[in-house]
Amino acid sequence: MGAKHFGARVTRLEDPALLAGRGRFVDDLKVPGLLHACFARSPHAHARLGSIDADTVAHMPGVYAVITADDLPEPMCREPLPMLLPNPSIVAPRTQMVLARGEVSYVGQPVAIVVAETRHIAEDAAIALNVHYEPLAAVGDCRAAVEDGGPRAHSDLASNVAASFRAAYGDIDGAFAGAAHVFEERIYQHRGGGMAMETRAVLASHDVATDSLTVWSGTQTPHIGRRVLADLLGRELESVRMIAPDVGGGFGPKAIFYPEEAAIPAAALKLGRPVKWIEDRREHFLCATQERDQYWNVAIAVDAEGKILGVRGSMLHDTGAFVPWGLVMPYIAATTVPGPYVVPAYRLDTTVVFTNKVPTTPVRGAGRPQAVFVMERLMDRVARELQFDRTEVRRRNFIQPEQMPYEVGLIFRDGKPLVYDSGDYPKGQETALASAGYDAFREQQRAALDEGRFIGIGIANYVEGTGLGPFEGVTVRVLPSGKVAVASGATNQGQGTRTTLSQIVAEQVGCRLQDIVMTLGDTGAIAQGVGAFASRQAVNAGSSALIAGQTVRAQIIALAARVLGVEESDIDLDDGKAISGGGNRPSIGFGDLARLAQGIPGVALPAGQVAGLEHTAYYTPTQAAYCSGTHVAEVEVDAMTGGVKILKYTVAHDAGRVINPLIVDGQVQGGVAHGIGNALFEWMQYDDNAQPLTTSFAEYLLPMATDVPTCAIAHVETVNPLNPLGVKGAGEGGTIPAPAAIIAAIEDALSRFDVHFAETPLTPERIVAALREAGAYEKLFVG
Amino acid sequence: MGKRATRVNVNGKSYARVVEPRLTLADFLRHELNLTGTHLGCEHGVCGACTVLVDGRSTRSCLMFAVQANGAEVTTVEGLSPEGTLSVLQQAFIDNHGLQCGFCTPGMLITLTELLRETPDPSEQEVREALTGNLCRCTGYAGIVAAALDASKRLRDGGS
Repeated sequence: MGAKHFGARVTRLEDPALLAGRGRFVDDLKVPGLLHACFARSPHAHARLGSIDADTVAHMPGVYAVITADDLPEPMCREPLPMLLPNPSIVAPRTQMVLARGEVSYVGQPVAIVVAETRHIAEDAAIALNVHYEPLAAVGDCRAAVEDGGPRAHSDLASNVAASFRAAYGDIDGAFAGAAHVFEERIYQHRGGGMAMETRAVLASHDVATDSLTVWSGTQTPHIGRRVLADLLGRELESVRMIAPDVGGGFGPKAIFYPEEAAIPAAALKLGRPVKWIEDRREHFLCATQERDQYWNVAIAVDAEGKILGVRGSMLHDTGAFVPWGLVMPYIAATTVPGPYVVPAYRLDTTVVFTNKVPTTPVRGAGRPQAVFVMERLMDRVARELQFDRTEVRRRNFIQPEQMPYEVGLIFRDGKPLVYDSGDYPKGQETALASAGYDAFREQQRAALDEGRFIGIGIANYVEGTGLGPFEGVTVRVLPSGKVAVASGATNQGQGTRTTLSQIVAEQVGCRLQDIVMTLGDTGAIAQGVGAFASRQAVNAGSSALIAGQTVRAQIIALAARVLGVEESDIDLDDGKAISGGGNRPSIGFGDLARLAQGIPGVALPAGQVAGLEHTAYYTPTQAAYCSGTHVAEVEVDAMTGGVKILKYTVAHDAGRVINPLIVDGQVQGGVAHGIGNALFEWMQYDDNAQPLTTSFAEYLLPMATDVPTCAIAHVETVNPLNPLGVKGAGEGGTIPAPAAIIAAIEDALSRFDVHFAETPLTPERIVAALREAGAYEKLFVG
Repeated sequence: MGKRATRVNVNGKSYARVVEPRLTLADFLRHELNLTGTHLGCEHGVCGACTVLVDGRSTRSCLMFAVQANGAEVTTVEGLSPEGTLSVLQQAFIDNHGLQCGFCTPGMLITLTELLRETPDPSEQEVREALTGNLCRCTGYAGIVAAALDASKRLRDGGS
């Protein structure tokens, strides 16, 4: 075999173009005859939609069209967007219209498109467009949404409840009845945004000669988008192509199908001109989906030794105005709570409610950060009440490696029993604690306190279901140039998908990384595809790349052996050549083999030879792949200002076999940064009428370079036995336990004041308020 | 409002255009000159993706009008190295995994180019403070900071 690619710290193939300013994001594309679109959007959280005075702006110079719901083609003019993840628990499967009809139910909901010669003109016209609204009472808080007699988010629905379900196993009442201790917590996690640096973007162009519609969209899921769009336009799937070119970050909100992805193609078809829409950041705050609003009332039952007997409670999940992505986040949250611990009995009742806010769909973590925050807050509570070290309580309750595979007792979101395939949770925690210097910390803490500094340490464990199906495909094809074409429905928003898939294929086929010609995120390149979410691409596309690569390798060897006149076992593949020690010549290049594999016109292929050197594999995982890890956060809190500085951050992470440590470490580090934002900064504020108040980066704070330390990252590899690569997902594990570890560390730093926190984000104002309430300042100023 | 003539030297080449006064420098670079390496992440001066050098100083091109750049020397990401080559800083970004999606990257490169010119041997804290005007959602900044420190060392060691 040639150079070892799999497992190596390979620098990324994506980088040179992006560093030279030669990336190709949607707004960088130039298409002749391009027109520009701007959306008129509801300024009300809830209102009856009256008439739209399209004529007033339709004649403005440079305006080409004002398009309202009535002007859209069948069936999108009357049918809402499809429910992409149906679930029988959803009693009100409400999704939005491409352009609103009758009623608007969140600020920013699109009501009309203005298409103009330039973006400036389109924006001027959209602002000038007179739309009549009759405001209705809005639901601004999901707790108020379930109270009797309050306003309803949709006036034709009798209730704000979209769905309710129970996740349960074991004798929960018995567990609590016999418990030595029961502790209750009320926990809240706040919504935030994905906040990819590139906003959403759509460009649609219809070619009359071939009647083909091409749509470039900054999406994580072009194959899903193409299918939905074809349905909404009533077009054959084969006449629609969707391409996700370079995409500037995803983080979940770009996984769903948005109204704009249907409206812009409809406008292009109607006008016979290419049309582009680039979301501005304010629109992103208003209209890109968000996540995490959940209120939990939970209790844990433990015995006198701190062993868990059961966990029960209820959870309220804010789905916003619609349920575009089904029950994914509340369902994942409900089933992630038990985590790495033996929880003999469990019951959680979840209620999913409508509010008049932008819908919620997965944001990096997708329900898991909330569940982990809940469980880890409970574990810290048990430790505090029973006066154990927080690590010891966890140690006593870990699922042991010899219990793998471990059946939790729930059904996961993939429809399969929640069975952890592999993992060594005690080792993960010990690795993280050793790296963090946990044992020496108490001494440091005392020394800091003597100097009047409040430092603290927090830990959090998690198990994450990753690598969800149904499948992802990879085509590998040897080209007449000698290069190797690879195509996949997997997409790239910064994860390095091109590099990791290239490593896997190059390893199998025996070529250089730079000789792989990769096409990702293009429905024209591979028939079936799913896309990026649920940390699924390494498992799904990676496994397909391996299988397709192995198959093409066998094809190359079989053909080369015949051409060179040697046994197949005498052939080695390296650097794009089939090499043989003996035979009629020393080697033959892939290009020559690719031409031979085309055969001769009219002549039958030799027995056993397939057409071309090519294979497409669609790997279908049998269930989720469960990654795990431990985070340790060390913080300093300024008691006077409530300011928090993260001094040190340590991660032990088990993502199975690591394809590229450079990329996995980058995913973990970036994920932690997102978790730091959720823990300390990101606050999407709405007023009581569900009017968003934080619609710029000056008001909604993202973590900066001074807020995020460089993490110490250790890999604890337990091989996943269920997929051929032995891998698990790595995209979200950095985010998931971070708020739990950070809030625990803040609480620890302030332990002498006995303040407790059960919410995110924990802002300086909240810390100061809690300290004031606890009488901390009287204590501080005495003496 | 009537259009105005503006002449801007970008990456060593002079461009004369007649533009609307409200056209930002960022849109001018991207759509008039087709230099699409400069990105727009917020258009309100916080994210820093659109940072370019104007007469040598890092500047938010989303907060400046093209007509204000009349007569100025502008450097964009496309001008950091001759075509087909990478600067020491750009190479350090590859080696230290300083980018993921690459959208904030042009602004990061410009900010750090200015920093390394003015502070050839910055501390990690100085690098981090210089980067507070540039948001990245992917990397958690570790690779960017490492790249800046690596590039600083290579440049001081005589790298080119």
